[in-house]
Amino acid sequence: MSAPSYSLPPLPYAYDALEPHISKQIMELHHGKHHQTYITNLNAALKTQAEAVHTADITSQVGLQAAIKFNAGGHINHSLFWQNMAPASSAEAKTSAAPELIKQIKATWGDEQAFYDAFKTTLLGIQGSGWGWLVKVETGKEQRLTIVTTKDQDPVVGKGEVPIFGIDMWEHAYYLQYLNGKPAYVENIWKVINWKTAEERFLGTRADAFKVLRASI
Amino acid sequence: MNSTLLRTTAVRSALRAAVPSTPARAGIAGTTFVRGKATLPDLPYDYGALEPAISGKIMELHHKNHHNTYVTSFNNFSEQIAEAKQKNDIAAQIALQPLINFHGGGHINHTLFWENLAPTSQGGGEPPTGALASAINDSYGSLDAFKEKFNTALAGIQGSGWAWLVQDTQTGKVGIKTYANQDPVVGQFRPILGVDAWEHAYYLQYQNRKAEYFKAIWDVINWKAAEKRLK
Repeated sequence: MSAPSYSLPPLPYAYDALEPHISKQIMELHHGKHHQTYITNLNAALKTQAEAVHTADITSQVGLQAAIKFNAGGHINHSLFWQNMAPASSAEAKTSAAPELIKQIKATWGDEQAFYDAFKTTLLGIQGSGWGWLVKVETGKEQRLTIVTTKDQDPVVGKGEVPIFGIDMWEHAYYLQYLNGKPAYVENIWKVINWKTAEERFLGTRADAFKVLRASI
Repeated sequence: MNSTLLRTTAVRSALRAAVPSTPARAGIAGTTFVRGKATLPDLPYDYGALEPAISGKIMELHHKNHHNTYVTSFNNFSEQIAEAKQKNDIAAQIALQPLINFHGGGHINHTLFWENLAPTSQGGGEPPTGALASAINDSYGSLDAFKEKFNTALAGIQGSGWAWLVQDTQTGKVGIKTYANQDPVVGQFRPILGVDAWEHAYYLQYQNRKAEYFKAIWDVINWKAAEKRLK
């Protein structure tokens, strides 16, 4: 019985394209090593799971859940993350690339600055490893925006939830450059947010947001 | 030896800090309700003394910046919780609990960690003796088998956290437990030996190769300090 095998999606820009806000060395390690490790471990866990399904070994299947959630989460989160960043000098990195999203952000938080402040406070409040996300939650015909954190590699996959963009708060995402200066990273990351991608995810469905994952099979 | 004195002081202050503060009496507005503040303990060795296992730069940042932030944040939130108690604000007290756990845990964990490390010139890496050696052999067969299990536990931590050799206060037996983030070893278990698996503990030197850090750290484990914690 075969399981799907995932591969590392290419970065949509060069490793040094996010400098000076995120260094080339960080991007190389983060994409080439960390993300790759999640994929390698995910593929191994999925293969073992397929065997356990085939042999009706339910205890093994349950035992694999944590490893699948962690490594699949790592693959999902990083795939979304690379796409929701762009070089600071590009048109995508300007909020003008996301007119509809910004409209709803203002309607929700009052103004852009209040939104950033709320997001930064949330990011700095994470205890340990995790992510901060802007999420669109669809409930019937209504939709709302919310800032959420997920611990470790938990992905945003709840009912009606569409991740608009995510910010990696694991230490490996910034430590080589910012050391313990986490607030500076949380400040600078906004200069490389890809608002064009954010707008597309905001206007689209969850399947649209996750299409990068299909492409990585 | 001075370092022994420092170590003892450090542990006492950490444990004192971990004890829930006694109920604050009615006081004058503006009074500080926290009695003794937690302080950053001195390292019992130089920042560079654990090289090559752990670089001097990591030790300096880890002690002077990371640990110190836990200390100042713990003091800050302790003061806030004392004020909330004073005002009988139960909701605020509950909201502050996770912050006390996180920052107080960070202070306790790091204080124990510095102590259970030592340069090779001060006995780092020398295997345990006596009761601890017997307890490890009873539970794991050999020190090498124990290290292997411990490193597997470290590698299995999903996110930030610690692995500890603990003693079960009910049975007296030793075992390996992992804790998320800065959750401290309190309650049923007694901390004997801890290894920090947060990325800040190794990243500048080992980057994504954390297995190498887990392997190298045994060269600077202070088993003498661990032995003293066993009861």
